[in-house]
Amino acid sequence: MTLAIEAHGLTKRFGSTQALAGIDLEVEQGTILGVLGPNGAGKTTAVRILATLITPDSGTARVAGYDVVKDPREVRRSIGLTGQYASVDEDLTGVQNLVMIGRLLGLSSRGAKARAAELLAEFDLAEAGSRLAKTYSGGMRRRLDLAASLIGRPSVVYLDEPTTGLDPAKRDDVWNMVRSLVRQGTTVLLTTQYLEEADALANVITVIDHGLVIAHDTPQGLKRQVGGQTLEVRPLSVSDLGAVRGMLAAVGTREPEQPAPDLLSVPVADSSALDYVVRQLADARIPVAELALRLPSLDEVFYSLTGGAASGSAPADSAPILQEV
Amino acid sequence: MTTATLTRPVPSAIPEQASRGPLAGLNDTFVLARRTVTKMLRNPEQFIDVSLQPVIMTTIFVFIFGGAVAGDTHAYLQFLLPGLIVQTIMFTSMTIGVNLNTDISKGVFDRFRSLPIARSAPLMGAVAGDIVRHLIAITVSLVFGMILGFRVQTDWMHVALAIVMIIVFAVSLCWTSVFVGMLARSSGAVQGLSFLIVFPLTFGSSTYVPASTLPDWLQSWVAINPVTHVIDAMRGLLLGESAMPVGTTLGGELLWVLGSCVVLVGVFFPLAMWAYRRKI
Repeated sequence: MTLAIEAHGLTKRFGSTQALAGIDLEVEQGTILGVLGPNGAGKTTAVRILATLITPDSGTARVAGYDVVKDPREVRRSIGLTGQYASVDEDLTGVQNLVMIGRLLGLSSRGAKARAAELLAEFDLAEAGSRLAKTYSGGMRRRLDLAASLIGRPSVVYLDEPTTGLDPAKRDDVWNMVRSLVRQGTTVLLTTQYLEEADALANVITVIDHGLVIAHDTPQGLKRQVGGQTLEVRPLSVSDLGAVRGMLAAVGTREPEQPAPDLLSVPVADSSALDYVVRQLADARIPVAELALRLPSLDEVFYSLTGGAASGSAPADSAPILQEV
Repeated sequence: MTTATLTRPVPSAIPEQASRGPLAGLNDTFVLARRTVTKMLRNPEQFIDVSLQPVIMTTIFVFIFGGAVAGDTHAYLQFLLPGLIVQTIMFTSMTIGVNLNTDISKGVFDRFRSLPIARSAPLMGAVAGDIVRHLIAITVSLVFGMILGFRVQTDWMHVALAIVMIIVFAVSLCWTSVFVGMLARSSGAVQGLSFLIVFPLTFGSSTYVPASTLPDWLQSWVAINPVTHVIDAMRGLLLGESAMPVGTTLGGELLWVLGSCVVLVGVFFPLAMWAYRRKI
């Protein structure tokens, strides 16, 4: 196993704010690490340290085998950074943005133009290439930003909340691009506020809060740890509620609840419960208006990780989180 | 949209820094200077101040003060214009701090810092790109002066040297503005601080009146003010050595200017870089 990113005990303080209180991060080459946490958890600070934009107060980090403090130039040659807010120059066109980065990476004028055209085509921006970036929609800017970070064919790519503020269709576009990147062997560190996003993309998820790692697991393991998913069924007719309740009770880890007069929900251990309930509903010929398997929200994740039965994995000094949930 | 299919990452896609050679830094500065110029062309109002300011200043000073100071406006124009060009270039130099102060807060600077280029490259690029504005300001000043009746008393070689000297001075002085631009929180504050730098430098010189007419205490400031030496050298280059104050030589003043530029860059480039690093 080769680690593309390896950070130990990173700390960073801004004035009176302890942004990072000693976090460890490990990302195996060619995989996606999802760094999950609320606003202000320290996600962006961690990315900025790993991208050599700022130096840690203490701790060490190696990216693509190079130390971020001792060898920042080598690290920069290996990484691509896509910021929380698209880092493109709004007064330049799409083409000018990409050519400029290509030239700064040492490509020849011709090479930079060719690479820009290639990426614009791949990111469905070929037609918009000669327009100023300030005329782009939010989704187009994100794509241009992602294209700009891939010009040098980096082996490690940081995506800092790449889908925040995007509508679901645009979000799926970004997800597909990320998957395609990893298929080609790129290592990705993705920060997100959405468990759904981390679950959809990441091989491993690190949950951080208040500058500390409070969990590190596979999406499956994490979901197990935080009580997994919730299965919700809304039968078309309330007269079927009794029958549905029986089915849910058979798969749930707790007694089914009734959050609304016509809705039943139950926490389940894994997604096989969905198949079971679907089959049961079909056999009993019960028509449903809604059937959904929901992931726990970020709030629920934090509640489980810091206050629930699985608190063994949470360090003792993250206790104040309880008061915030 | 269709699923993006990306080309396979090749670790060696970026040319080795070594193979880029010692000219890589120059290349980066040039690429980023081009960015500055492209943005300028996109917002042509950026050229209004550099082209109108010399016209207005020349008109005001020549026609309002000319008669009183020199007895006749043409004689005063000959005396004043070399100094006014220097003053114009100083005001032009100060805008860079304001521009960078707003530019640096944009996301694209994060990208520059994540690239394997020198930390200073974005600042150097901005300073280099600003040479276009300096050239416009100098051209407008000279042409407008000539329309009003200013006559160069030397040859084109001296004029070319004058333009080179003033641009070298402008580029060196820019770093004070870059420093202020990196320190201040808002671009409004940059503007205010920049004027505090420029006013004593430009008015406490021989721009408007010969230094010999000033009170003693002010004369001692004027004598050490680098701007005085730039103006004296300008007069020497455009009007000949006879137009320079008694006891000064063109070569001596040029050396003074060169020395001032070295000191300006030597002090304010590191300060600007320190403030830039601190800001991010």
